[in-house]
Amino acid sequence: MKMIVVGMADLNVTAAPGALTTLGLGSCVGIALYDPISKVAGLAHIMLPDSKAIQNNSNKAKFADTALVQLISDMEKKGANRRHLKAKIAGGAQMFAFNATNENLRVGDRNVEATKRALMMMGIPLIGEETGASFGRTVELYAEDGRFLIKAIGQGIRTI
Amino acid sequence: MAKQGIENLFSDTHLDILKEIGSMGTAHAATALSKMINKKVTMPVPNVSWVEFKNVADFVGGPENVIVGLLVSLSGNIQGMMMHLLAVDDARTLAAAVLGQPNTKTGEDKYVFSEMERSAIEELANILVSSYLGSLAGLTNSHIKPSVPFMSVDMANSILSIPAIEYGKMADKILFIESQIAIEDISSTGCFILVPNLHSFYRILRSLGVE
Repeated sequence: MKMIVVGMADLNVTAAPGALTTLGLGSCVGIALYDPISKVAGLAHIMLPDSKAIQNNSNKAKFADTALVQLISDMEKKGANRRHLKAKIAGGAQMFAFNATNENLRVGDRNVEATKRALMMMGIPLIGEETGASFGRTVELYAEDGRFLIKAIGQGIRTI
Repeated sequence: MAKQGIENLFSDTHLDILKEIGSMGTAHAATALSKMINKKVTMPVPNVSWVEFKNVADFVGGPENVIVGLLVSLSGNIQGMMMHLLAVDDARTLAAAVLGQPNTKTGEDKYVFSEMERSAIEELANILVSSYLGSLAGLTNSHIKPSVPFMSVDMANSILSIPAIEYGKMADKILFIESQIAIEDISSTGCFILVPNLHSFYRILRSLGVE
């Protein structure tokens, strides 16, 4: 089975029996989409909530709003149907114990909120999440059954 | 202008100037560190470069390599943050040198730092970052006020997501100023990442003669 690595500010799609992974999500959010009928999966590693708030916004995979649109479009090209899509998300941690009221350092929460808003706008149900807290996460998404593995240092592996 | 990303505004000359800032800063830091641990400390010339987000952890052993990150927030004329990165083993060695105790932890245990060890490492980072920022403030004729450092031990990509996100607002790359700290008998490496906000970046650029 081929494991495709999705980098920071990057996205990719695959069909069964393929799998996707992204390494060390901190305050970034991993958006995993899966179509159980066509067995097509897509994974995005977003860094920022909103493309419209930033001038330098040519990389669509960098933002929650534009990454989701791009990811759905790429999955449809692989044979997915957007009405079948389900979402799971992970990440959005606060890596440093700074005062959580500082807007710049609450970026993890803001990424999670923006991701959920974007999913709702596109009408995609969020069926699993592990977000927040203060540790990094590596995730794996399997196109065969949509299972989403989450690994953190010293914490073992969880599947959602 | 920012549509293209600020990385395109920097010439080799500007990077050389940033390297010089890093070099002067780390030299001051070496002196301070040397007094603190009573060992000979040297700092070779730093390497300065723009790195793509997907390769951001290549400098520090790969995306899932566990490292120690120290984050300092900056206020004053230059606002933003500064990060100092250390290998876990090097952080342990430094803490042991400061505390005058042997470093005995191995395996997964070595990722768990005691309160004393954290304090020692945060104090070291405080000295290193303050020295570094002193040079930057002098060169750019700015007043920079650093916060106390906050420490995190986790996967490199997770720690680097913080400066990467800040850079992500203005560029598609991240500026690394990689500087080594070599202590007598111990070879230890550290890396600094300076993350001014967009406004402050323009101030630095202007002071380097760029408009």
